[in-house]
Order: sequence, then structure tokens, then C-alpha cells
Amino acid sequence: MELLSQISFNLQNGFDETVIDLTKEAVEKRIPPDEIMNNGLIAGMNVVGEKFKNHEIFLPDVLLAARAMNGAMEVLKPLLIKDGIPIKGKVVIGSVKDDLHDIGKNLVAILLKGAGFEVIDLGNDVPAEQFISVAIEENAHVIGMSALLTTTMPVMKKVVDMAKDEGLYGKIKIMVGGAPVSKPFAEEIGADAYSYDGANAVETVESFFREDS
Amino acid sequence: MRPVFRLLSNELIERIVSEARDILCNLGVEIHNDGILSMLSDHGAKVDFGKKHVLFTADIIDKALEAAQDSVELYDVMGTLTHELRDHNVYFTPGSAAINILDPWSGQIRKPSTADYVEYAKLMSGLDNIASQSTAFIPADVPEKISDSYRLFLSLMYCEKPVVTGAFTIDAFNVMKDLQLAIRGSADALRKKPLTIFSCCPTSPLKWSDVTSQNLVDCARHFIPVEYISMPLSGFMAPVTLVGSLVQHTAETLSGVVLSQLTQPGTPIIYGGSPAAFDVRYETTPMGAVETQMIDCACNEIGKYLNLPTQAYIALSDAKKLDAQAGLETSMGATLAALSGINSISGPGMLDFESCQSLEKLVVDNEICGMTLRLIRGVEPKEDFPAMPIFEELLKEKHLLIANHTRKYLHDEHYFPGAVIDRANSSRWKEEGSLTIGDRAKMEIKRLLETWEPTELPDDVLAEMTVLMNKEAAKFGMNSLPHENL
Repeated sequence: MELLSQISFNLQNGFDETVIDLTKEAVEKRIPPDEIMNNGLIAGMNVVGEKFKNHEIFLPDVLLAARAMNGAMEVLKPLLIKDGIPIKGKVVIGSVKDDLHDIGKNLVAILLKGAGFEVIDLGNDVPAEQFISVAIEENAHVIGMSALLTTTMPVMKKVVDMAKDEGLYGKIKIMVGGAPVSKPFAEEIGADAYSYDGANAVETVESFFREDS
Repeated sequence: MRPVFRLLSNELIERIVSEARDILCNLGVEIHNDGILSMLSDHGAKVDFGKKHVLFTADIIDKALEAAQDSVELYDVMGTLTHELRDHNVYFTPGSAAINILDPWSGQIRKPSTADYVEYAKLMSGLDNIASQSTAFIPADVPEKISDSYRLFLSLMYCEKPVVTGAFTIDAFNVMKDLQLAIRGSADALRKKPLTIFSCCPTSPLKWSDVTSQNLVDCARHFIPVEYISMPLSGFMAPVTLVGSLVQHTAETLSGVVLSQLTQPGTPIIYGGSPAAFDVRYETTPMGAVETQMIDCACNEIGKYLNLPTQAYIALSDAKKLDAQAGLETSMGATLAALSGINSISGPGMLDFESCQSLEKLVVDNEICGMTLRLIRGVEPKEDFPAMPIFEELLKEKHLLIANHTRKYLHDEHYFPGAVIDRANSSRWKEEGSLTIGDRAKMEIKRLLETWEPTELPDDVLAEMTVLMNKEAAKFGMNSLPHENL
């Protein structure tokens, strides 16, 4: 089996140490880092995503693959930066102010990282201003916000309004999620998207980049 | 601990059995078969040949119970062991011999065809929680005289699971046995690896017809397992009380045990039944009634007390569609049956008082069976003690999704139903089309039919079976059979 297929195969099976070793081997053999990322790691994650969607594998399998992906990306990241190759995309994520619930947000962060995105996780209880300032500083492509309480949902609207004021609207995509949040709510506040679960959040972010290209 | 549900005390069981034996010895049974009456007479029973009536003796009942085995094994078409009907082992099988099907695509109840039967057998191949197939309905596009053998033939051709079946005539038994011999290769091999169970039904109250009693004897001669399907109807053809109905069921079933074991001591038998409450408002026999289910479970306790494997018609519904009634009656029946430890639980797929099979319902019931099978595995510690380490890991990692403990026990500890059971959050459910359980069941039928794989039986065996079936069909004027044109 050729090396990149081996990386993909081992990633699909969640063998993180093997994936990291094979990624190092690929680097030593002078396979370009973006090729390793796209044809090895992301190719493997695409299979994992598809199988998860079809209920052939479950969340733990996806997280194990994501862990392998993250490990390998640590190896590739400095090389990608050196070569001036952009990382797949950057997402600033957090649970909104006064909301201490972060289980769903954490899951989204893990899955986004696993899919090859750079994730800046601001944690929970994040004020609207912080989402905006970090997104500007980091040149982020996406802001993702989560809420479990109906009382904290207005923060999401505040972020959207601030993004408009800062002239970011349309440049940075804003997505929202969480148990009380819905598609109509997202539309009402002017967010770009709503996601109903972790895997759907990954699909949504992927779709932003497809739209852009 | 395997959870077990009980309704009867041993004292009550003993009393019921004792009363049933008294009835057999003092009121007796009507048997419309002279050969069997002669056999009973030879064993000391008091027979009135003119009235086709026999009074049993305590001695022949004891002898029969002593000779009977406490377990029955079944093997699939390929010869792999699939069933050990004993103790509290539980296996599901579809309700059998419906005269109608609920067409999944038109929603109409109609007469089934051979094409429907082939679809059914293919579908059964993919339903993992229903361990055996049954000859679930009767194809109406072939002569009645071959409709019993033909459905067994189709089942054996299109699905490898063992078959719960039955003959409608005395003559049909022969070809139904020969089809099995073709698969196993010899009478001895069939005896060692039973492939089918034949349902044999006494007529309530306390009567055996010529056909069913002869079927029983023919099965015994070939060591083909038999399940007795006594059907007392509480308040109509049986006492209104559950205990009274149990006395009748016990008497009728014990009479079957005697016929089998006197014919061939040790022949495999199953203490089964399809007793029912009788609804005096609608003049119907509700299989989903809680009293029906209670009688079934109680019969099972009596069967177990007599050291016999058990069966009952219980996981089914009287609804006419795949609706909430279908789900609730089937779930309640399946749950009680499994907790009671009925070894072969008949019913999945069945609607409308055992008269209508539904492929959609089979797919849904497969999930009921899956959940029920999980239930009876109970609650057992699995590396849970001491508890501290896993909680330390949880607090450190913030979740246990990829913990070794999770990965080791996830699939064993949790049953994951297939796509027919909706577990999506409401947003996802809406996005995926707001499908009902009926919609999802239809999709699952399509998927299972598309992924079906043919049997691995060798070509010469398939050819031999085809020759046997064609010969039988020719006897009744059919020169070709409908499945050939599918």
C-alpha cells in the first residue's frame, strides 16, 4: 500500500501513533506537506465522515480519527507555514457570555480540528467583544457560537450586530448552535448558518469554503 | 442477573397440572385418527373408536413426560447451530401463516403472491434480531394443496435461517420432509441437525383433527421438532378466568406431548400455544390483549415446570396498520415474553389477529426484538469497580468518548437500533425530511432487499429441491411455479 493510503487507512482506524510515524516518514521522503495533508489525512477523514453519517461507525471512532489527525497536523503545520500553504481554515469558537455549558461546543471543536481546520477555542462565558476582537486578530474565517440557555441567546445577535459594525459581515461567516437554537433563530438574527450537531457543524464550515472557492 | 418475570407460584402450577391431568384421564380427548387411537389403546388408554374418544391414564402421561427432552436445537440451512431452545434462552420468529399482507407501497391489505413471499424471505435474511424465519403467509397464486410446501420451499431457497412451519394436509408433510432431507443429505443428518419446527394445533376444546394429529405423528417418526399450538379462548371456548384457560391449555398440550412421545420417545417437542382472551364486544381474539399475554407467560411457566422448551404467539398486534397500537401491543408482548423466558417467541410482523403479515412491521419489530434481547442481558458490572479511576479520567479528559473502557464496552452495553428508530434531534429530523416510522421502514425494506445475498447452498441441492417441488406442483396441475418468472 502506498504511504499516503497507509496514512488514510490508519487514520480511519484511529491508530494515532502509526499515523504520526507515517506522516514523519512521508515528510522524510520529501512528499510535499500539502499532499500529505490532502491525500492522506483529509482523504481519510472524508471516509470517516461519510461512514459516521451512514451510522457505519460512531462518535468515538470519529474522535479517535480526529486525534490521529491532530497529531499528524502538529508535524505538518510548521512545514505548511514555511511553504506558505494556507491551513484549511480558521474558526473562532466559544459558548456565549453567561453560558457555562460547553459539552456541545467542545464536541464541535474536536470535530472541526479533526477535519483539518484550525480552531481557536475561547471556552465558555465568552463576551461578544472577545469573539470579534479575536476573530480580527487571528484573521479567522468563521465565528462559531454555542448556547444552551435561552437567556444567553441574545449574545449571539450582539456578535452579529458587532460584526456588521466592524465591517466584517460577509467576510467572516457566523454560525450558531446549541439545544434551544434553531434555523429560524439563526435567520432572524442574521447569522450565516445554524448547525444541529457536531458533524453537521463540520459540514457547514466545509460548505462556507466551497462557496468561497 | 438475568431478569425474570413470574406470574404463577409452584403450588398454583402443580394444581393446574393436576387438574389438567384429571381432565385428560376422566373427560378425555377427541382424536379423529384411528391409527393414533389404536396406538393409545395399545398403551393402555381407554378408547371408544366409534366416538373417536380416548381417556388417558396417569401412566402414559408420566411416561411421555419422562421421555420428552428438555431442549431442542435448530440449525440453519447451512448446518450452523442457531437455536438452543431451553432454560431462559429467547429467540424471536415472525408470526406465521397469515392469509393477507399489508402492501407496504399501497397501504392496502391484500392477498399475498409468490413475489411477496420471496421479498419476505429475502428481508428475513437481513433482520438480525429475528433468529428464525417462519412460513409467514400463504401465497395465493398457487393451488391451496401446495401452498404449505411451496412457502417452505421458497423460504429454504431464499433465506438460510431455520423455519417455523406447518403442513395443511397429511400428504404435504412428505414433500416438506423431503425438502429438508435434500438439504441435510440423510434422515440421520436431519435428526442430528433439525431445520424446521412444525406447528401442530389441537382444536379447542380437547380435540385433535385427523390432519394435525397425523402431522404430529409423522414429525415424531422423523424427529422433526413440533410445537403444540393450543388455542383456548377465555370466556368462549375456555373458562373466562386465566387459571381456567391455563388448565385447558395444559390438558390440550399434554395430550400432544403424549401423542408425540408414545410415537417416538425422545422426539423433540416444544410446549407452545396461542391462547387468547375473547373480546365479547367485538367477537374477536385479541392477541395484543394483556390477558392474552399473561396466559402466554403463564403457559411458559407451566412448560418450564414440566422441563420442556416453550413457545408462544405473543409479540404481535391486532392493529390493521403500522400504527401506535401495533407498536405498543408488540412491544409489551415481546418484553413480557422475553422476561418470562419463552424460548421461541412468535409474532413479529403480524397484525389483525394473526391474519396479516407486514414487511414494514417486521422491520420495526426487529428493533423491538433487539431492545428486548438487550433488556434480558440485564445489568452487570463491567470493570466498573473500583469506580475511582474512570471518574478521575472523566474529570481530567472532560469526556469519556474515547476512553478504553468506553471502547471496550460500548457495543456490548448499548444496543444501537437501525435507521427505523428515530434518535435524531428535531432539527436534524426536519432536515432529513420529517420522516415517519413508516417512511423509514419502507426505506429499510428497500435497503435490505438491495443488499440481500443468495444462499450458499450448492447448486445440486437447489436442483434437487426444485425437482421435488416441481413434482409436487405437477400433481395439482401446475407445470411451472411463479418464482421461476421473478
